[in-house]
Amino acid sequence: MTLDLLSHLKQMLSAPGLSAYEDPIRDIIAEAWRPLTDELSVSRVGSLHALKRGDGAEPRPKVLLSAHMDAIGLMVTAITDGFLHVTQVGGVDARILPGQLVTVHGRKELPGTVVMPPEFLLPPEVEKGAVPLQYLLVDVGLQPAEVEELVRVGDVVSFAQPPLELTGGAVAGHTLDNRASVAAVTHCLELLQRRKHAWDVWAVASAQEETNFAGAFTSPFAIQPDFAIALDVTFAKGPGSTDWRTVPLGKGVALAWGPNIHPALYEALTKTADELDIPYSPEPAPGMTGTDAAAIQIVQAGIPCLLVSTPLRYMHTPVEMVALKDIQRAGRLIAEFISGLPVDFMQTVEWK
Amino acid sequence: MSSQKQPSMQLTPEIGAQQVELLARLCNAMAVSGDEQEVRQIVLDEIQPYCDQVEVDGLGNVLAMHVGSQAQKVRVMIAAHMDEVGFMLTNDEGEGVFSFETVGGIDPRQLVGKAVIVGREHVPAVIGAKPIHLTTAEERKKALKVEELRIDLGPEGSSKAKVGDRATFATQLEALEPSIRAKALDNRLGVINLIELLRHAPENIDLLAAFTVQEEVGLRGARVAAYRFDPQIGMAIDATPAHDLPAYDVDVENTRYNTKLDHGPAIYLMDGATISDRRLAEWLMQTAEAEGIPYQIRQPNPGGTDAGAIHRARAGVPSISVSVPVRYAHSAASLIRQEDWANTLKLVYHALTRLTPEILS
Repeated sequence: MTLDLLSHLKQMLSAPGLSAYEDPIRDIIAEAWRPLTDELSVSRVGSLHALKRGDGAEPRPKVLLSAHMDAIGLMVTAITDGFLHVTQVGGVDARILPGQLVTVHGRKELPGTVVMPPEFLLPPEVEKGAVPLQYLLVDVGLQPAEVEELVRVGDVVSFAQPPLELTGGAVAGHTLDNRASVAAVTHCLELLQRRKHAWDVWAVASAQEETNFAGAFTSPFAIQPDFAIALDVTFAKGPGSTDWRTVPLGKGVALAWGPNIHPALYEALTKTADELDIPYSPEPAPGMTGTDAAAIQIVQAGIPCLLVSTPLRYMHTPVEMVALKDIQRAGRLIAEFISGLPVDFMQTVEWK
Repeated sequence: MSSQKQPSMQLTPEIGAQQVELLARLCNAMAVSGDEQEVRQIVLDEIQPYCDQVEVDGLGNVLAMHVGSQAQKVRVMIAAHMDEVGFMLTNDEGEGVFSFETVGGIDPRQLVGKAVIVGREHVPAVIGAKPIHLTTAEERKKALKVEELRIDLGPEGSSKAKVGDRATFATQLEALEPSIRAKALDNRLGVINLIELLRHAPENIDLLAAFTVQEEVGLRGARVAAYRFDPQIGMAIDATPAHDLPAYDVDVENTRYNTKLDHGPAIYLMDGATISDRRLAEWLMQTAEAEGIPYQIRQPNPGGTDAGAIHRARAGVPSISVSVPVRYAHSAASLIRQEDWANTLKLVYHALTRLTPEILS
């Protein structure tokens, strides 16, 4: 199963799927989830919904698992002499861009490279420092006339760094934020094949998290879950990142605690983790989490939320890094938690 | 080492699928200055059948000789450096995280967020960056320095690498008609062109081929190779930057492009290390014009090639350089036009076939 999960993850890391352009990644996830669920559909904004029915009496309670599938990237804003000017889709630190391999999704897919012009072609105030995105260019290696024919303003540009298997079961690549969590949901659905669960499980690969939470605001409205678990990645300790906002890599999942999280649900989830010896780090989230949970919580009359995160180094670079076993832990913890949910669980969830 | 020489191919060398495949092997190999073994081995395997004599000298240069069959020959040394810029691991910080130093001239802004390979086993690793979410707008205006970056091999990386290991970018060559994108095109293009020249060596010269080491850290291999060969004429074949991009202010003309893609081989008249011999410059330009090969004059600029060491060897060697124009040299992904590569090889080959001792009189 480990091997399958790794190849599933690597397949997702090799696919584009920028916010609002999720079709390629959605197709891959649908393929993986189809045999594991009872119903698949696509929401009005492009999120993938998968229902795995529980065995409780109808009407059954519903839990929503939300893992966003969209990627950050770039979009073409102008073309000069065959070179593309670009802007960002989602949060991109321009300092990671010079020399990055990308795919330009023009009238056909064009391999390209983000390039930093030589200093004498840059304004004097930036020539030695970080070069802002507005001065970076994309070179697709074609003659200018051909570029004009194949690329238009508004075409999206995705990262093309192939996934890497590193030592100690670590995996690196672009868009592990948040395909790592999609893999965790897949793993959870797989485990639930062999576990009884009274509740209906709605697995959602949500759209547009990186830009405007369009998926996270709309899927819960359509599904109307009793509570929701958002799955995302969080900052792992590593070079340049050591403060309280970071958790260790490969040493367990992170369970967020703060205003986005329902305290009684948190207590129930950590109890499951403790009982099963699944390692986790409590993750203080004193404000908004910047995840689907922040949106889901305020849909309709309000939805109690949990947030389970996979620790990840170098977030929003094309060499994001996670430990495969943390993904498995996230999937297993949620599967165990769901299979242990009594039908009347929500009646026990109280403010105290 | 010596070997039974095969007759050289008399046809003009051309660039085809076989050459692109060899260039891919050369570019994907790692040969950071001081540890050129991977490329040296490929070179030795490729050239052995076509040489009268091949040796590896004390610094690791591959020195190969093809003796022409005609009388009245000129002894021409052609140098192509095998080494590339890269990194050396400097400190093991535990759990697969290493600090590193750059080898050769690399702008640290090219390093952030890149996949790299470490050591002879090409162990995959990454150079990460602090997440944008944890940085301030003020921080993001400052370029990251090498000392702020780390090479990360994953949690068990310390068993797979050690201090002193070399590393380089992990980019694999891709032929993107009409271009080629790869790391280390500077100077595997020179290496493959020199291999092709040995395979098609003209009989009117003694071709003294030096596949040199340590160019990127001070032209050190070429200096001793030139002493050893004692040539009458020296030529470096290399790759030179094409800064042919638009300026940020589109109304400003880019007058410092150095070279431009699609304009053919770049002939040097002056760089930071060498003023080319004028007789040799005339010889190359006349050849290009006679053969209908496009060429450009590399803008006189700083920078240098192995010619900088060769022309001052012994009592002096009239020297020149010819380069393939390359965008984004010394980065993870440099770019050339296949046509410029083919024309560079063609120009040097035809120039050699026209060479007579009179050029130096």
